[in-house]
Amino acid sequence: MGAFTMGMLRLLVLALVMFLGGSALAQSPTYGVGRTPTAEEIRAWDISIGPTGEELPQGRGTAEEGAQVYLRQGCAGCHGREGEGGRAPRRGPRLVKVEPGPDVDPWAAARILPYRSPYATTVWDYINRGMPLNREGTLTADQVYALTAFLLYKNEVIAEDLVLDAQSLPKVEMPNRDGWEPLPEWKPGTPRLPGYPY
Amino acid sequence: MGSKRPDRRRFLKGGAALAGGLTLGAVEPAFGQTPAPAKFIKGDEEMIAYGERSRFVTSARIAHPPGGRESPDAFGLVFHVAAPLQDSVGMITPSSLHFVGTTRGSFIPDIDPQEHRLMIHGMVDRPLTFTMEDLKRLPSVTRPHFIECAGNSSNPNRKTVQETHGMTSCAEWTGVLLSVLLKEAGVKGGASWVVAEGTENVKGASSFPLAKAMDDCVVAYGMNGEAVRPQNGFPLRLLVPGFEGIFNTKYLRRIKVVDRYYMNYNDYGHLRRDPVRAALGYQIGPKSVITFPSGEQQLPGRGFYEVSGLAWSGGGTISRVEVSTDAGRNWMDAEIQGTAHRMAHTRFRLHWNWDGQETELLSRCTDEVGQVQPSRAQVAEHWNEPPDPSYRVPGLNNAIQPWRVASDGSVHNGDA
Repeated sequence: MGAFTMGMLRLLVLALVMFLGGSALAQSPTYGVGRTPTAEEIRAWDISIGPTGEELPQGRGTAEEGAQVYLRQGCAGCHGREGEGGRAPRRGPRLVKVEPGPDVDPWAAARILPYRSPYATTVWDYINRGMPLNREGTLTADQVYALTAFLLYKNEVIAEDLVLDAQSLPKVEMPNRDGWEPLPEWKPGTPRLPGYPY
Repeated sequence: MGSKRPDRRRFLKGGAALAGGLTLGAVEPAFGQTPAPAKFIKGDEEMIAYGERSRFVTSARIAHPPGGRESPDAFGLVFHVAAPLQDSVGMITPSSLHFVGTTRGSFIPDIDPQEHRLMIHGMVDRPLTFTMEDLKRLPSVTRPHFIECAGNSSNPNRKTVQETHGMTSCAEWTGVLLSVLLKEAGVKGGASWVVAEGTENVKGASSFPLAKAMDDCVVAYGMNGEAVRPQNGFPLRLLVPGFEGIFNTKYLRRIKVVDRYYMNYNDYGHLRRDPVRAALGYQIGPKSVITFPSGEQQLPGRGFYEVSGLAWSGGGTISRVEVSTDAGRNWMDAEIQGTAHRMAHTRFRLHWNWDGQETELLSRCTDEVGQVQPSRAQVAEHWNEPPDPSYRVPGLNNAIQPWRVASDGSVHNGDA
């Protein structure tokens, strides 16, 4: 009788351990390899600015300040004094649309990133990670805000006196906000486009 | 240091002579004579330690597009370079000849693997940072995968298969499945996309679906049996099998799990107004090309030839390759080398007796999900567009490549 109870108990304990272990497994790492980065490390590394702008750093800038940064940082060398694009061999793309007026179709206009991009955050992200050529990552947050303001103003997207910062930048309504086609849902093992045999 | 490799210098200067060509007028058997004493290669320490190909093999990468900027340029910037597919055998591209694509001209980062870190963060329960040593402790996979640049497109002005198709290559990659790392970090509910980012000067970043990240992406530290080469992303690159080349982030340093398309640096290039072109902007369609005989090669005369080429698809494995040796009137099933692998170059072969008449050689493939490689005219017809030469195939151009064999044995781009 006593032995039977002990056996039952052992089984119960074993079952309990397996149950707890199993449920814990679903929430804890399998291998336990890797280190937890600090919040500060993540902030320093994370330069992906999404459409909500939640990752934007502190700082501010206006179009007027941006015009100064544009000249001092040598942007004109590749993109032209007025953002009209550079000449060979420094053929940076055009940054300001040709057609006047605020209602120019972003797809009819040339491929101008600070006009065609659906989000102002993309302009900020692009300048911050990709410019200036071979000196990437050297601009301060203020300079990136200012350059973004300058280019959006030149493209008649924002007013000259708008101060861009982490709060106002994501609120800028780009003319192409809803004018692009999001990528469709992707599923493994399926053709790339339903109804397209090729 | 430069004087250590006299042989390489010599053959690079010698130009791009066709290697592996056909040697006609074979040596007469010399019965009754003792064979001439063999010549020797006097190896140096470096050659013993790492090996070197024969000085008679001159296959080399070239700038892409043809006539484009040379790499490296005066400032040390590297641009696109294309693989010499006309000389390829089997399905693997040697690491030395693997094509290189750069977001724009860029310097190759010189990364100390001891210092390199990969961070997984965003919508996860536990953000994690991995050293290279950490990653090598985890369960690994080894898989052959092609990578193809979205700009790998033939046109009538391009002459050789290196010029028309050289921006694809296939290597055997070793690393950890991205799904293992994401599960280790614990993906939160509501997450739907990931953003991958590299360490180079221009920190290229691409958004792609979480479903793809959890399916078959590989965080690779190995390439063709050794460490990934610097030009291909040392010490760590992401493989996004079957997606356009730009998604395969080199010098991988960060994976961020997010709940929407992030429209970061590389994503802007995929911005489309047309739903068809948007949808065809990531998974690559079925594609094949004959690598022998191909443009600018020379057949020495009528008779037997093994026609050979490569087929691949972002849709999975290649299930069938057909070859036409009469300009598309008749199609024959080609032999597929060994077992076809998912999203990998697949070598195909067909026996052919050339009668010496002018003709055209074509190949087309079918993948495991039933997608068939089209001609450019078929694509135009599908979208009700006139099939004139200016028609651009939507997505990565996967149209059938014709090679015209002239009666003198010279081979040319059939679209020219």
